[in-house]
Amino acid sequence: MSTTTTKDSRSREKAPAGEKVADWADGRLGIYSLAKANMRKIFPDHWSFMLGEICLYSFIIIILTGVYLTLFFHPSMNEIEYHGSYVPLQGQMMSEAFASTLDISFDVRGGLLIRQIHHWAAIVFLAGMFVHMMRVFFTGAFRKPREINWLFGFLLFVLGMFTGFTGYSLPDDLLSGTGVRFTQGAILATPIVGTYISMFLFGGEFPGGDFVSRFYSIHILLLPGIMLGLVVGHLILVFYHKHTQFAGPGKTNKNVVGMPLLPVYMAKAGGFFFLVFGFIAMLSAVASINPIWVLGPYRPDQVSTGAQPDWYMGFAEGLIRAMPGWEINLWGHTLVLGVFIPLVLFGLFLGVIALYPFIESWITGDKREHHILDRPRNAPTRTGFGVAWVTAYMIMLIGGGNDIVATHFHLSINSVTWFVRIGFFVGPVVAFIVTKRICLGLQRRDADKVLHGRESGIIKRLPHGEFIEVHEPLSQEALHTLTAHEQYKPAEIGPAVDENGVERKVKGSQKLRAKLSNAYFGEDNQIPKPTAEEYKEITSGHGHH
Amino acid sequence: MKKLSARRRHPLAALVVLLLALACTGGLYTVFAPTDEAQAGTTAQSLAIDEGKKLYAVGCASCHGTGGQGTTDGPSLVGVGAAAVDFQVATGRMPAQQPGAQVPKKKNIYSQADIDQLAAYIASLGAGPSVPTEEQYNPEGADIAKGGELFRNNCSQCHNFTGKGGALTNGKYAPTLEDVDPKHIYEAMQTGPQNMPSFPDTTLTEKNKKDIIAYLDAVNSDDSESPGGLELGGLGPVSEGLFGWIFGLGGLIAVAVWVAARTAKAKKS
Repeated sequence: MSTTTTKDSRSREKAPAGEKVADWADGRLGIYSLAKANMRKIFPDHWSFMLGEICLYSFIIIILTGVYLTLFFHPSMNEIEYHGSYVPLQGQMMSEAFASTLDISFDVRGGLLIRQIHHWAAIVFLAGMFVHMMRVFFTGAFRKPREINWLFGFLLFVLGMFTGFTGYSLPDDLLSGTGVRFTQGAILATPIVGTYISMFLFGGEFPGGDFVSRFYSIHILLLPGIMLGLVVGHLILVFYHKHTQFAGPGKTNKNVVGMPLLPVYMAKAGGFFFLVFGFIAMLSAVASINPIWVLGPYRPDQVSTGAQPDWYMGFAEGLIRAMPGWEINLWGHTLVLGVFIPLVLFGLFLGVIALYPFIESWITGDKREHHILDRPRNAPTRTGFGVAWVTAYMIMLIGGGNDIVATHFHLSINSVTWFVRIGFFVGPVVAFIVTKRICLGLQRRDADKVLHGRESGIIKRLPHGEFIEVHEPLSQEALHTLTAHEQYKPAEIGPAVDENGVERKVKGSQKLRAKLSNAYFGEDNQIPKPTAEEYKEITSGHGHH
Repeated sequence: MKKLSARRRHPLAALVVLLLALACTGGLYTVFAPTDEAQAGTTAQSLAIDEGKKLYAVGCASCHGTGGQGTTDGPSLVGVGAAAVDFQVATGRMPAQQPGAQVPKKKNIYSQADIDQLAAYIASLGAGPSVPTEEQYNPEGADIAKGGELFRNNCSQCHNFTGKGGALTNGKYAPTLEDVDPKHIYEAMQTGPQNMPSFPDTTLTEKNKKDIIAYLDAVNSDDSESPGGLELGGLGPVSEGLFGWIFGLGGLIAVAVWVAARTAKAKKS
């Protein structure tokens, strides 16, 4: 074979094998122009820009380990007697789904480790998405042109929650069965259609014999399929929009300063993938997760205390646990407000953060593209809102684990629940005010640093006896970084009467917009950044201050 | 007769009468007295009750009343049985340190002999479950799987899947069952201490109780294995989520910071 090829390609003897392969592929895939356009794609460097990568890699790990698990899992609710190697369950009746999960854990080579990697990666994936979303939110990276990508990310988070939930339900253990029952309760609480949806989803009365196989299709096919598509779309948009960057010398709204995709980021990202994989594998080798063998098989007549969903559904659990058990009986129909209100709140609470980019762009009225990130302090109202949202979320997480909090801090579960009920309303308000104050304080500090320089810690005594601290002026780069952000002016409704003295009609929405705009950018809601004139005046006169 | 009356005033007459009287009483006694053994038992029993009563007066009476009839601070102990006393005192719950939602477990300061005396006194107030023998609670040879099923049916609502404990209303709680003496588990099921319902033999048979003890011994003792690695308290998704956030994501962010800090230097060209 080698002799014939050398004969045939004598004219191209010097072409290396790699070039030949590239040539062959280019003729069929047209990768040359694609590679030429993208190989030198620039990415900026910041650790927080790698949060999304953590999510992407853990998603890939979940898919890989998930495929292995499907080879051994039987998505069936047929009842069988267990005769595997876990002694404390031998002879017990259980579904095939539960028995096969036990087999994966104890009788399949590497099964338990793969199961734990799958589950830990899911926990990390969702947590990573949460933090990634916070990064994007607090730096204002969701602004035009990235609103659609924000929605893609949001959808990935929500779909991730439900994919996780359906996966958690598959082993048909006592813990997850309780969770499925909880969900069925929430579905039933939906007025009018609830009963129909429940009957449709479970193929009859709960638990029936169908939900494991149905959740299986949803968990391994439907939701991950959609998510994979969204991930691809998410990444294409990142490429198309180019990455955002923090303000700094040489960084403008029209360029990206950083390292090229090839070779630097390919090496970095590839290496980071293995670091993430290795780290999660190590975590899974060290710590147990969802030990279904101690939980036992699901039976609707059994329940355990400490029955919680995985963390990403914990906030929904908290809403239900904190809600008083109200219900209304009308003409023979029951409206279970104790479950229905949390269900509505769950949607609204998530919806608010999804729609935030559109709300903010309506308030600012800014239609320009933004590729330079905000420092959170320079958008105090947005930052305050974000912290308030996270506070409410965290308080509901406490609510979801109220029993564990009560036993471990030696508190009464009733007091914990009341703390959560009040905290859900008061906490965000306090968090908003405090965060905004801190942001404004930091803005003042920045302005002070720009105008008066950095405190050097050197005390100087002047000839007439006065002591002063010497302030070192900042470098040009630092001055630029601290003053690069732009500040909006609050929107105004305009004069109340037009030039003819006739009262102008102002729409209610315009008035609301002006009010909100004032809350964002009005006096006392942002500290005016130092102007060049101010800087000159101060620095030219006296050398110190 | 004359002889007898003549010696009536003999100096030794009184002694003879005394000896006769003594012999007579002794004889009557040996005829009518119950057997020796039973006699000794009664004495020991009454002695234990007496001693128990003294201990009771010192440690218990202030809340449960001088005769175990109960007060506003403590329930009546009539009919709770020796098993209840053995459980409460041997686990240090009683005497209670302070009133509260629930009396916690603490170091026991009574010797087993003291506890037995107390138990004897309380048992004497009214019939109740007696302290189980080792044969009754020894988990050897019991059915662990059946015990698990019974545990999930009857106990896990409050004590969690494997007996790690859980919260009840208003500061009450179901304590962890980790490394609790099998005897005390048996007694607790039998007597239903504090907020726990009781499971008499009509509800959970002696064998059922043994099975449950065997299950707990298998999954929640020092020797029980955790095949998946660190148990994280055995509390389920709350501790798993916390661990995942702090060590999982936290660790990965630390790795990200480390990677980002190692930037390739641009080549001078």
